[in-house]
Amino acid sequence: MKSTKGVSRRTFLKRSSATGIFLALGFPAAALEAVAEKMPPLQNMALEALKGIEINPFIIIDQSGKITIISHKPDMGQGTWQSIPTVVAEELDVDPATITIKSSVGEKKFGDQLAAGSSSIRGSWNTLRNSGAAAREMLMTAAARQWGVPVAECSTANARVLHTSTGKSLGYGELIEAASTLPVPAEPKLKAATAFKWVGKSVPKPDVPLKVNGSAVYGMDMKVPGMLYASVERCPTITGKLVSFDDSKARAVKGVKHVIKSERPFFSRTFEGVAVIADSYYGALEGRKRLMIEWNTSAEKEVDSAAFIASLHELAGQEGAVHDQAPEFKQVLEQAAKKHMASYETPFLAHSPLEPENALVHVRDGECEIWAPVQGPDGAVRAVSEYLGIPYDKVIIHVPFLGGGFGRKAFTDYILEAAYLSRELKAPIKVVWTREDDTLQGPFRSASVSRMEGALDKEGNVLALHHKIVAPSIQGQLWNGLKENTPDAWAMEGISKHDSPYQIPNYKTSFVLAETSIPIAWWRSVYASASMFGHESFIDELAQMNGKDPLELRIEMSQGDSRYRKVLEALKEKSGWAAKPEAGKGKGCAIARSFGSIVAHALFMGRNKEGKLRVEKVVSVIDCGTFVNPDTIRAQTEGNIVMGLTAAIKDPIIFKEGKVQQTNFHNYRMLRINEMPEVEVHIMQNNEHPGGVGEPGLPPVAPALANAVFSATGKRIRKLPINLDEV
Amino acid sequence: MAEYKLSINGENLTVEVEPATPLLWVIRDTLGMPGTKFGCGMAQCGACTVHLDGTAIRSCTFPVSAAVGKKITTIEGISEDNSHPVQRAWIELQVPQCGYCQSGQIMSAVALLSKNQKPSDEDIDLAMQGNLCRCGTYPRVRKAIHLAAKMMTHEIN
Repeated sequence: MKSTKGVSRRTFLKRSSATGIFLALGFPAAALEAVAEKMPPLQNMALEALKGIEINPFIIIDQSGKITIISHKPDMGQGTWQSIPTVVAEELDVDPATITIKSSVGEKKFGDQLAAGSSSIRGSWNTLRNSGAAAREMLMTAAARQWGVPVAECSTANARVLHTSTGKSLGYGELIEAASTLPVPAEPKLKAATAFKWVGKSVPKPDVPLKVNGSAVYGMDMKVPGMLYASVERCPTITGKLVSFDDSKARAVKGVKHVIKSERPFFSRTFEGVAVIADSYYGALEGRKRLMIEWNTSAEKEVDSAAFIASLHELAGQEGAVHDQAPEFKQVLEQAAKKHMASYETPFLAHSPLEPENALVHVRDGECEIWAPVQGPDGAVRAVSEYLGIPYDKVIIHVPFLGGGFGRKAFTDYILEAAYLSRELKAPIKVVWTREDDTLQGPFRSASVSRMEGALDKEGNVLALHHKIVAPSIQGQLWNGLKENTPDAWAMEGISKHDSPYQIPNYKTSFVLAETSIPIAWWRSVYASASMFGHESFIDELAQMNGKDPLELRIEMSQGDSRYRKVLEALKEKSGWAAKPEAGKGKGCAIARSFGSIVAHALFMGRNKEGKLRVEKVVSVIDCGTFVNPDTIRAQTEGNIVMGLTAAIKDPIIFKEGKVQQTNFHNYRMLRINEMPEVEVHIMQNNEHPGGVGEPGLPPVAPALANAVFSATGKRIRKLPINLDEV
Repeated sequence: MAEYKLSINGENLTVEVEPATPLLWVIRDTLGMPGTKFGCGMAQCGACTVHLDGTAIRSCTFPVSAAVGKKITTIEGISEDNSHPVQRAWIELQVPQCGYCQSGQIMSAVALLSKNQKPSDEDIDLAMQGNLCRCGTYPRVRKAIHLAAKMMTHEIN
C-alpha cells in the first residue's frame, strides 16, 4: 500500500473472498465515509485497511494468515487478474481461491507493468515463480529454526509449514515476522511442472462473479468528491489547430462550470480541443454540442487513406531496408524455374475498446492522483510525472478493470489531457471520451502493403521467399526510434526467419518506410495483424501453383521443426481437413508464430439462405508452451478469431480530407453474434517456456479466410476487408 | 429541470434532471448505479441495456421522461448474489473477458428467456445481435443462454 507524505492515507483495495473480489476507490479518509453511504454494499466491505508484512513486492501476509498477492499487469479481459496471482500462489503453495488480489499502483518495485505484446505471463514467469518460491523457502526456514529441525524435513500445505515426523505445523501468518527478516534466497527451488496444482488448470476467474452483477469497477465508474466531468470537442481532422471558439451557448447549459482550451500530448505532438466541464457528464455533452469553433485544418487537407495506400503500392517497387537475406537469394530467384509475385493490402483500423477512453485525475499541491484504465500503470505515472513536473513517487495511479484495451490503452494521452484540465481548474476532473472521439481520433492500426515474391524449382519445391512490408514505422513516428535505412524490427513479427514455420532455403525480409501524419499505434498483434494476411495467402498461392493441398504443403515445408509440424498435423486431424468441401463451400488454413506462440486456424465457409458466403466454423490449434489457464487460452483465441474476422470483413477506417469517415458502430461495424461461426480451440501440451496468448490467435485469421474464399470461389483476394456479399 | 418519480429495481426514487437526459446517465450518475455501461451513445452496442416493463431497451438514447410509470430493471436488479440462472450460467461458462459489455448482454439474455423459455440459435441471434462484444465472447454467450434456459426449466440444476 502506497501512502503519500503530507496527505491522508488513501486506500485502494481489491479484496477477494469466497464470494468474489471487492474494490474500493481511493478517497481521502474523511470523504470516504460520506461516499461510502452511496456505494453498493459490496464495496463498503473493502474499506477495511490492508495490513500485513511484505515479504517481497508480490506477497503480503498478515499475522492472521491472510495472504495478499499483487497483480502488476492490468486486466483488460486477457485474464491477468487470475493468471499472475496464480503463478505466485502456486510456488507459495497456497490455493489461489483463498488469497486477496490487489493491483499495483505504478510502484517502481514491480518494474515493467505494461500489459502489451502478449508479455504478461511469458515476460514475468520467472519473476513470479521465484517470488512465490523464495517466500515459501523463507517461511519454511523460519519454521525449521523455531523447531530446531533441518529445513529439508519441512513441507507445506494449506498455507502452513509442516514437520511430518513430529506432526508440528505453523501457519504462514505465525511465521511471517521471522521469515521476513531472513535473507531472500537467490535461487529458490521451483516446483516441477508435474507438481503444479493450479497452474495449467481451468480455474474459474475471480473477476467473473463481479462482471455478471454490475459490481466490477471500471475507469468509467470512478467517482471522487468534488469531481467534475469533462467532454472535449476535438478537431475532426485530428491535427488541426484551434483558431477561436464561442462558448456563450455552451455556458448557458445548466451545470456547465467551465469551458477552456485543452491539450492532449501524444509523443511529439499535442492535439488541441475545447473542453466543456460540468457537474454531470450529460451536462458536459450538452454544452459541447453548443460550442462554435473555428479550426485551422489546412495542414490536413491532403490526408487521404486511398491516396496513401496507392503510395504504398508505389513504394513497394523500392528495395527498402533489408532485414534478413540469404546469401544466394538474388541468384536463386533469378534462375528459378517458376516465379510468383503478389501484393496484399490492409487498411487503417481503430481499436474500439467497448469502454471508451476515460481518466479521472486530481492534481493537488505537488502531487497527483489518477484513476484510469491503462495497460501500463508505471508508464502512466512516469508520463504524468514528467508532464506535470512532479516527482514519480508523488504520483499514484489506481487501475481498475479495463473495458478492453487492444493496444489503445497502452498510451497515456487521454490521462495527460485530464491532468492538464485538473491542473488548470484545480479540481478532480474526469474526462470521458465519446465513441465518436474514439473512432475519429485514433491512434490507428496503420494501413500497409505486403509484397511477396517466391521461387519454385521444377518439382514445385519452394526455393526462395521474400516478404517486403511497406508501412509507416510505429517506433519511428512515436519514439523517433527508427534509424535511417533500417527496418522497423516490430514489423518483422511473424514474418521473420525466426518466426517462420517453413524451412525455405533462401529467405528474405525487408521494410520500406512510408511516412504519414496519421497517428498510428500498436493494435492487437501489431504489424502481424496485417502482414500475415499477405504471407499466408501467398503460401496458398504457391501451393496452387504446385497443385498441392495448402495444408499438406505447409506440413511438408515445416518438417524441420517439430513444434510447427505438430501444430499443423493436429490441425489436419482436429479439423477433418481431408474431407472435400461440398460445391460452393470452401476451406482455408493459415499458421503464424507471433509473440512467442504458434497458432494455426482451419476456416470453413458455407452459404447462407441467400447463397452468400459465410464463415461456418473455425478450428484452431495453439502451441503457447506452458500455460496457466487453458480456459483463458480458449477464450483469448475465440476473441482473436472474432477480432480477426471483424478486421477481415468489416469496415475499415477511411480518411478523406484529413477526416475519418467512420464515427460510431453504425458505420464502423463489428462482428455480431448472428455472424459468429462455430469455434473449436485445441491447445498443445508441452513443457516449453510460456508464449503469448492475447494476440497470437489473430494474425492467421485473415489469410485463413482469404484462402477459404479462394477454395470456395476460385477468386484470390489480396485486399482487406473482404466483402463476403460480393465474392 | 424537472422532478421524475422512477421505479428502479423495485424501489421508488425521485430525481431532478433535465427532461431529455438519457436514462443511462440518470441511472449511472444521478442514482450512482454504475453497472449499466456507456459504450456508444446511439443504441448501437447494447452496453447500456436495461429493462422497461421487462423489455430490453437501450438506455443511452431513452429519455428519462419516458420512463416514468414504468418498471425499470438494471443489472443490479437481476440479483446481487449471482443467483439468477443467467448469471449462474455466465459464471459456469466463464463468459466475460473484459466484462464491460456483459451487463448489457445479461439484460438482453434475461429479457429473451422471460419471453422464450427454449430459444433456438436463431432466436438468440435475433435477441442478442444488438449487443456488441469487442472481446468476442459470442460463442460463450450463446452456450450460456442455452444453459440458463435448461436451468430455468429445471432440466438441470
